Amino acid sequence: MTDRRKEQRNNKWRDLAASLCFLSPSLLGVGVFFIVPFGVVVYYSMIDGVGTRNFVFLDNFTKLLSNSAFLMAAKNTLLFSALAVPLAVVLSLALAVLLEARIPGKSTFRTFFLSPMMVPVASVVLIWQVLFNYNGSVNEWISLFGADKIDWLQSDYNIYVVVLLFLWKNLGYFMILFMAGLANIPKELLEVADVEGASESYKFFAIKLRYLSPTVLFVTILSLINSFKVFREVYLLTGDYPLGRLYMLQHFMNNTFRSFDYQKLSAAAVIMAVVMVVLIALLFKIEDWFGKDVEG
Amino acid sequence: MKKKRYFSRGAMFVLCLVFSVLFLLPTVLTFTNSFMSESEIRSNYGMIFSSAGGGFVSEKVNLKFIPDKVTLSQYISGLIKSPNYLLKYWNSILLVLPIVILQVAIASVAAYSFTRWRGKIRDGVFFFYVILMLMPYQVTLVPNFLVSQWLGIINTPWSIILPGMFAPFSVFLLTKFMRRIPYSLIEAAKVDGANEWQVFTKICLPECRSALYSIAILVFIDYWNMVEQPLILLKDADSQPLSVFLSNINSGEIGLAFAMASVYMIPSLLLFLHGEEYLVEGIANQGSVKG
Repeated sequence: MTDRRKEQRNNKWRDLAASLCFLSPSLLGVGVFFIVPFGVVVYYSMIDGVGTRNFVFLDNFTKLLSNSAFLMAAKNTLLFSALAVPLAVVLSLALAVLLEARIPGKSTFRTFFLSPMMVPVASVVLIWQVLFNYNGSVNEWISLFGADKIDWLQSDYNIYVVVLLFLWKNLGYFMILFMAGLANIPKELLEVADVEGASESYKFFAIKLRYLSPTVLFVTILSLINSFKVFREVYLLTGDYPLGRLYMLQHFMNNTFRSFDYQKLSAAAVIMAVVMVVLIALLFKIEDWFGKDVEG
Repeated sequence: MKKKRYFSRGAMFVLCLVFSVLFLLPTVLTFTNSFMSESEIRSNYGMIFSSAGGGFVSEKVNLKFIPDKVTLSQYISGLIKSPNYLLKYWNSILLVLPIVILQVAIASVAAYSFTRWRGKIRDGVFFFYVILMLMPYQVTLVPNFLVSQWLGIINTPWSIILPGMFAPFSVFLLTKFMRRIPYSLIEAAKVDGANEWQVFTKICLPECRSALYSIAILVFIDYWNMVEQPLILLKDADSQPLSVFLSNINSGEIGLAFAMASVYMIPSLLLFLHGEEYLVEGIANQGSVKG
């Protein structure tokens, strides 16, 4: 072996050691607090009880999939995400395009749109109650037009009220992401399109949207996660057992927690993790296919 | 042609104004209503929050921005008359500050590693961090709970601080920032005989000072308003942060709830106004999932 090769090899080991040194605090914490316990959760999801520890493989999953509370919670959560995510993506992109146009007070508007980020959940919930209670302001307003009062929070309408809350809270954040994406589109490309006489809609759909596809992917994933987080507001708005379509997966998890049924809980967590990974992989594939010729 | 453009720009401006009103309404309402007396609150919203006390209740709900009489009585009863809210406020600070400082500190070292040494396995680990970051809380909740139990830290602030310290969000974002530092800077330092730690502290950290600030703001705002974690990991009401306790204020004290929410908003509001540029930069640089 030549000296040079030896040196290269030494360098490689030194690099590995150094990179591990810097990464180890984080890796250790992630291992202890996320990876190892998640392994245990997977194990728990396949045994019949923490006391007996008999291996039952998929029994807990089949039991869970026939549990009506879980099914309802999963259905409601999916329904909510299916409503909220596309709306969030489209509306935040629209807001970003709106602010991209040269209008006065752009940065002030940006501040306003971002302001919901810092409002504590509790006061958001208070305001939403004032607005959407049966005796609340929205019903006052619609009765001015002669419409009947609607029980927004205690009927199937409540999911729309929460979608509205979700949009209000998240649009500003997503808008910033889209604005950054729009700013990264090469100017020359748009100028060429202008010279060639391309229409505004062509420029938007054929050029801008393709360059934005990584951002669209990111916003979709973020809003998917945030749509799972909306439980916070729902919980404070309607309590442990909400009516209508608001009984979410997190309600199911919380209520199962109280009964200490680790098998059920673990199986639910594993199912959610699998669904999330599949969804994310799927979104990646779509993005790859959609934006392949603009990458790099 | 030109005229039409002006018109559409005007329409866009009006649209922005309408959106602004919608976005600001809850925030402004919280602030202004916190200066109303309890009896005014009761007469305005008595129809909604069936309060125990008597007094005049208006038949219609009255969404009002400007109090009839500005009073600080809610603030006085929340902050001076009872120590409860200040205690919870203190709990919030004790939970959130360590998380912000330690998460950013640990993440900056890890991000340096992900920036400085690339390769299939290391990029794979980074991608794993991204996936972990994207897991909803429902998935990490059970693992969190189990570890807290094993370590015997359940019902103590550590059950929230320790997992918060290692949350992968900061690692992800900071790595994206650091990978933008020109490689020549690092190489020049190496040629001058600096070791890795010196490169990290003397070049990388100063280069991403604004990134560190913007990440700290994002993490702060996220944890300042947390609800799920304390709800499950801190059963003892005395140790819960104000973000959870705010919602326990009973329906007879809506005015108090507005006032305490306003006080609770102050730190994030100050950070927001002072560091908005950084905040926007922090969000904007998340860009896409891929490094």
